[in-house]
Amino acid sequence: MGPVNYPGNNNELIKISGLEVHFAARTGFISSLISKNSSLVRAVDGVDFNLRRGEILCLAGESGSGKTTTGKAILRLVEPTGGEVIFDGENVLQFNRSRLRKFRQDAQIIFQDPYESLNPRQTVFSTVAEPLEVNHLCSSMEEKEERVAEALKDAGLSNPGEIFIRYPHELSGGQRQRLAIASALVLKPDFIVADEPVSMLDLSIRAGILKLMVDLRDKKGICYLFITHDLSLAWLVSDRIAIMYLGKIVELGTADAVIKSPLHPYTRALVSVIPVPKKISLAGRTLLKGETPDPVNIPPGCRFHPRCPEAAERCRDEEPLYREVSPNHFGACHFI
Amino acid sequence: MNLPAYNKSALVVWKKNLKSFWLIYSQNIMGLLGLGILTFFALMAIFGPYLVSITTLTIDGVTQVMHPPTSNYWLGTDDLGKDVFAGVIIGSRVSLLVGLAATAISMTIGTSIGIISGFYGKFTDTLLMRFTDVFLVIPWLPLMLVMAALLGPSLGNIIFVIGITSWAGTARIIRSQTLSIKERPYVERARAIGSGDGHIMIYHILPNVFPLIFANTVLVAAIAILSETTLSFLGMGDPTQVTWGMMLHFAFSMGAVSFGAWWWLLPPGICVVLVVLSFTFIGYALDEVLNPKLRRRDQ
Amino acid sequence: MRLLEVNNLTTYYKLKEGYVRACENISLNLDKGEALGLVGESASGKTTAALSLVKLLPENAHVMDGSIRLGGREISGATEEELRTIRWKEISIIFQGAMNALNPVRRVGDQIVEALRIHEKMSEKEACRRTAELFDKVEIDQERVREYPHEFSGGMRQRVMIAMAIACNPKVVIGDEPTTALDVMVQAQVLQLLEELRREWQMGMILITHDLSVVGETCDRVAVMYAGKIVEAGPTEKVFEQPAHPYTRALISAFPNIEGERYLASSIPGNPPNLLNPPSGCRFHERCQEVIAPCKTDDPASTELSSGHLASCHLLKRKVKL
Ligand SMILES: Nc1ncnc2c1ncn2[C@@H]1O[C@H](COP(=O)(O)OP(=O)(O)OP(=O)(O)O)[C@@H](O)[C@H]1O
Ligand SMILES: Nc1ncnc2c1ncn2[C@@H]1O[C@H](COP(=O)(O)OP(=O)(O)OP(=O)(O)O)[C@@H](O)[C@H]1O
Ligand code: SF4
Ligand SMILES: [Mg+2]
Ligand SMILES: [Mg+2]
Repeated sequence: MGPVNYPGNNNELIKISGLEVHFAARTGFISSLISKNSSLVRAVDGVDFNLRRGEILCLAGESGSGKTTTGKAILRLVEPTGGEVIFDGENVLQFNRSRLRKFRQDAQIIFQDPYESLNPRQTVFSTVAEPLEVNHLCSSMEEKEERVAEALKDAGLSNPGEIFIRYPHELSGGQRQRLAIASALVLKPDFIVADEPVSMLDLSIRAGILKLMVDLRDKKGICYLFITHDLSLAWLVSDRIAIMYLGKIVELGTADAVIKSPLHPYTRALVSVIPVPKKISLAGRTLLKGETPDPVNIPPGCRFHPRCPEAAERCRDEEPLYREVSPNHFGACHFI
Repeated sequence: MNLPAYNKSALVVWKKNLKSFWLIYSQNIMGLLGLGILTFFALMAIFGPYLVSITTLTIDGVTQVMHPPTSNYWLGTDDLGKDVFAGVIIGSRVSLLVGLAATAISMTIGTSIGIISGFYGKFTDTLLMRFTDVFLVIPWLPLMLVMAALLGPSLGNIIFVIGITSWAGTARIIRSQTLSIKERPYVERARAIGSGDGHIMIYHILPNVFPLIFANTVLVAAIAILSETTLSFLGMGDPTQVTWGMMLHFAFSMGAVSFGAWWWLLPPGICVVLVVLSFTFIGYALDEVLNPKLRRRDQ
Repeated sequence: MRLLEVNNLTTYYKLKEGYVRACENISLNLDKGEALGLVGESASGKTTAALSLVKLLPENAHVMDGSIRLGGREISGATEEELRTIRWKEISIIFQGAMNALNPVRRVGDQIVEALRIHEKMSEKEACRRTAELFDKVEIDQERVREYPHEFSGGMRQRVMIAMAIACNPKVVIGDEPTTALDVMVQAQVLQLLEELRREWQMGMILITHDLSVVGETCDRVAVMYAGKIVEAGPTEKVFEQPAHPYTRALISAFPNIEGERYLASSIPGNPPNLLNPPSGCRFHERCQEVIAPCKTDDPASTELSSGHLASCHLLKRKVKL
């Protein structure tokens, strides 16, 4: 297989603007007595991006930056507290129950842990047939079987008939993740949120899953929001990469642009610690101090300034604007 | 049969599940013992009453009451000269029936309340759990006595009373299990494919709390049989039915003890103990077999 | 004289169904101040190999064979008493997932102090001073000795585990997946810390990981494990640049290299074998793309390709012969 660049088109499938998810913070009993105003976990705090048909957009960032929450909010698996999600011209956030159910046939999700995301007491067949059943998509048993077999085959599980009656624990890790993919594919979605789909898998089987996902995009034009914390993986599979920090996107651009010429100091630091398969000196890296701060106390000004090696006076009080720095390359920093 | 391929395979799945279940269960000696005893009593309850009838014993035309065991009447006779052995056999039917029916009621109520409460949380949970607490803290024996007295002594009422006084523990256990299961990613996945609440509760929560329900209700069955015996013994039973409890009741009130008629008192008592014991054994064995933590290692 | 020399170490687990051959004929050596990476997929026997060195194995494990020489002294036959003087003081292990095993209801500092008092027979005061020193070494604020584990982030808890491991100036530190489950940035921080400590104290270090990239950056030499055996070992650059074993080659090409071409390599077909009855011959032959006849029947011997670079594959012998 050659490079995974997809020519892309301007056929916009999803447009997200100002997406916000704020949770009520879980405060202890005592502290809730002392302070009246309950604090908010601003897990996603104003995110804008769009997704085109047949595109793979990677959402990368450290743990706790709000990647998963963003993905789930688009599918309304968690309720956004603000903003807009336009899917194919319609605002998802205004869908009622029945329209939402229909929407979920078009937009699917694959979870990180292929063991936990499959019901241990459901066989392979019922796992994949379930989406068809709850949406009343098949009129006959034969049709259902056909579609299940087709989805399993699409997900790279050859001999689907043979594994129909197996349970998830009777499959290997790679097969389990393929099963999860098949159960998303069976509804023929246009859009899939893939939340760290390979991070629990061994290196030797990762490539197969990634290749499958890219192949499905090539063949069926499925659009992915690919969530990962691994930038080298993001670069490998995606068309564009968005870097998230503390609930906001700080940089977005084509995969090559973000990795090869990062704009934002945070991206630069992340890129500098991407491992390369040879002995290098550790001196060339920018090691940020500490870990992602708590989304309850988001620093004022630029939210990255306490860890930023390039922070200046201005960064402390003034929030940088998220803007198009060069064509199709966005960033939010005062000094770019 | 011209079943579609999947239906055929569904049968295979059943067989496979049963087989793998039996493979582990059959290693458990306690479980096998319990199952053996229970099977014995079940067979007795099903076929026994066709083989015996409570005849009034006459020897040489004279009614003999409280007669010790003879070769014809293995367990002797009671105060009316009725055959105790036949009574024990016929009583098994009612005792088991009461146990199973009451358990079914208790299981249905307990499971539904537990799952709904755990799944919806918030206000529903608070309401249902307070309701459950009421049943949990009310001393069940007096409640049972009062209800049995109010409703009158019929078999149906006894089943009903035992059923609705014994579900609270089940509800609590099921609720806490539901709370943990509903946070599992596969429940979220179910939502993502468009499943409604009802579907999720029936197809994702229920099968995963099922082992717990099973292990728990087997114990409830033991309690139910014991309760029936207790109620009957205390005179709240249905006097028209022959049950082990009723036998004990009459034996006691008619002075079997002072008469030394051990053959009247012991057999129904021993039967109750054995059946209760068998259910308890099965319950513990199931707990061991179905407990996911203990099983994970084998996989 | 080598700091640590392991030859033919073989450890099996006994199960009802038979023996799990988790670790077979493992040979390693380690010099002073050197870092050795032990890479392999999940269940390839890395942890088993590490635990076998100091006999901290589960009850059903049996060390079948092998010699372990620590500074020239044979320790494979050591008694439990002798081992107690070796563990922690001479070879210490950072256990897999240990950072989540800190006692949640006791202060972090107290847990280290207690360990020092019991094992090192230090006085309370001395142990406290030492703990503060160690915190300093692993770059945690000394004030925080009085905090509880839940107040520490994952990276800091891992630093605490490192502090514990180096408390007695061991000659060899074994890190079992010390950075797995940590964030990229934190992983880089922890690796940097380990590297600095190793340089400063001239410790030998064995770094166990399933992540090839960790090895590439921090280790001088690397050993690749597959299904309980070491299939290739050698200097890191050698192994990365001229991988000799087909498994190593596949692993390396599956690893995305942002300095190379954007290319999605194919994965290794099939699944790792069941170690209860591992495949005959070369354990990799069922998944190998370059398999030849002898692979299925004969266990390949290890071939030295260049100084210190060894691999076990039938293809190599053939190349050498030709
Ligand atoms: N239901 C919730 N209630 C309260 N806080 C939440 C909830 N879900 C997520 N959060 C918080 O929101 C923040 C973002 O979480 P999220 O899971 O989106 O991060 P992530 O980028 O996916 O991280 P990871 O890489 O660890 O998966 C975290 O600080 C998390 O603790
Ligand atoms: N106590 C045990 N009894 C039986 N088999 C065991 C036991 N511990 C480990 N094994 C088996 O031994 C093999 C090697 O396990 P080990 O833990 O050494 O692998 P590992 O390489 O450390 O894997 P991971 O990367 O997942 O930690 C596996 O097949 C495992 O299932
Ligand atoms: S705005 Fe300032 S603090 Fe923020 S990233 Fe840019 S330089 Fe750093
Ligand atoms: Mg996440
Ligand atoms: Mg391990």
